[in-house]
Amino acid sequence: MNFIDLIMSHAPALLVVIPLLGAFLTPLISKINDKIRNIFVISILGITAVFVLLVAQQVLDTGTITYVFGSSLQTQNNTVIRILFEIDALSIFMALVSIILAFVASIYSWGFLENETGQDKYYTLLLLMTAGMLGMVLTGDLFNFFVFIEITSIASAALIAFWTNRVKAVEAGFKYIFISTIGALFILFALALLYGQYDALNIAQLADRITFTYLDKIALIIFISALAMKGGIVPMHMWVPDAYGRAPASASLVLVAATQASLYGVFRVLFTLYGNVIHLPNISFGWILVILGLITMLVGVIMAMIQTDFKRLIAYGAVAELGYIFLGVGTGLTIIANPDIGISSAPFAVEAMKGSIFHIINDALDVGLLFMIAGAVYYATKETSLNSLGGLARNMKYTTIFFIIGLLAISGIPPMNGFASKLLIYESTYQLNPIISIIAILSSIMLLAVFVKIFQSVFLGPKLKKFDDVKEVPKSMLIAMGIVASIIIFFGLFPDLIVSNLVEPAVNALIHPENYLQGLTGGL
Amino acid sequence: MIANIPYIAAAALIIIGLYTIIFRKNLIKMLIGITIIESGVNLFLITLGYRKGGIAPIFTGAPAESTMMFPVPQALTLTSIVIGVAVLALMLSFIVHMYRHTKSLDVRKFGGDDQ
Repeated sequence: MNFIDLIMSHAPALLVVIPLLGAFLTPLISKINDKIRNIFVISILGITAVFVLLVAQQVLDTGTITYVFGSSLQTQNNTVIRILFEIDALSIFMALVSIILAFVASIYSWGFLENETGQDKYYTLLLLMTAGMLGMVLTGDLFNFFVFIEITSIASAALIAFWTNRVKAVEAGFKYIFISTIGALFILFALALLYGQYDALNIAQLADRITFTYLDKIALIIFISALAMKGGIVPMHMWVPDAYGRAPASASLVLVAATQASLYGVFRVLFTLYGNVIHLPNISFGWILVILGLITMLVGVIMAMIQTDFKRLIAYGAVAELGYIFLGVGTGLTIIANPDIGISSAPFAVEAMKGSIFHIINDALDVGLLFMIAGAVYYATKETSLNSLGGLARNMKYTTIFFIIGLLAISGIPPMNGFASKLLIYESTYQLNPIISIIAILSSIMLLAVFVKIFQSVFLGPKLKKFDDVKEVPKSMLIAMGIVASIIIFFGLFPDLIVSNLVEPAVNALIHPENYLQGLTGGL
Repeated sequence: MIANIPYIAAAALIIIGLYTIIFRKNLIKMLIGITIIESGVNLFLITLGYRKGGIAPIFTGAPAESTMMFPVPQALTLTSIVIGVAVLALMLSFIVHMYRHTKSLDVRKFGGDDQ
């Protein structure tokens, strides 16, 4: 076996190992030179991105990959006793979202944090968080999932509180770690409930054995509420505006990806862990997701309307966007779980799921781009309040163009990616109940109104005297925004390409849990 | 009944911890609430792993005819304790920073002018 084959056979482990090793090398390398450190971090994330793409190709070609740590799969009394990664199309899709945002954030940070102290810690935490997120989406073991959640939340809380000289930032970090720790402890409790009954921690094996007893229902509710809390679904969204608004813009960008990874947890639990029993009649969990999604959208946009702080406003917009994801998956689940309709006779269930899985990556990119613009405006003017900004289009023309792209994308206007996924969601939810899609379209229009308001008050208007010497932001920030903006336009122009190559396998992985189980039982 | 006492204790610890988090206004006390929940969850895990008549899963020096317990719950608890310490340290450092800025530990003093 030559060297490249050897590397490729261990690629799933390297996805987590490379950023983790990089994280602990970063403080050492920053002793040499700041520039070398930045290049090091970007190249570590770049290498990880290459591995994500390689593994993605492998997964899409051959199906679920099971990577066992240490040695071959061992079983004793029918229990898998190895730690393993199980990568299907959904996991690798989420890994792709995380790594794109982390990579862009590392480029953006170069300019954004140029004159800050403590950058070595910042980059260490950024890489640690990336490792945690990738671990969360790749792992095939519930306890590992808990460990990676904790790694992610510790790193993100520290990143949120990066500007420790501001009490609001520390407060937001404290709020975040407080909430995620409680969530994670209850996840541990719920997995203990499952472990006590079924003697397994492996997701595939648990899914095989689960019988939906009373304790399983309790565990399911704890899993969903804890993960939705970490994901920022209304009514558990109170930490989101603080955390997104107070963190450095580059960290908010990665936080978006961490939120999506928590949503991945919700889907994995619902569709894989409980995949065999969710089809049982009389379980209308889908409707709960639909209602949560609707409330999330409405509360998100209505709260966004009254904000006067740039980043808090975008944070509420991000909350509203999460509602669409829940709405689509909820619609799919309602139809799949309904024995009268059945999956084969209801293609719009698949359409709804496609829409919401596609919306995961679109939401991450759109919200990420807007956060980067808010950061750029802050970098240039040191202002975040909408009341004191104005007339920036004259001095920051590239940022203005990127903002227009982000604005159109987040409110789902045709040439951008947001439209492609939202249309799928509108069409399919209309089949379930027309009122749902009316509310969804209404919130999109309100989002457009909110962001047009920002556009008017930040970029248009007369030139303000105090912003006379405002210059365009450094090149690295423009490059980062440019990468995301061009991906947004590309996805908007060729949605079919993405949907059929990446999204559809991910949806199939969700609605056919038996493939996930086969990845393990093939080795048993 | 006697065998259920650890489960009752675990549930009681979790409920006491939740009560502390919700009704106490002092940051340090809220932190103590989190550690109480954590102890409850850890106790629950350890209890799940106990079987009547089993001995500690230490391979060397174990009597030949004995049944060892499956060591996975112990390993999980150990990991969870280690993570708990890290989280606790981070939260305490946040509290130190917040105290330095405001000279107060009352949770009602924070989060003022935000909507």
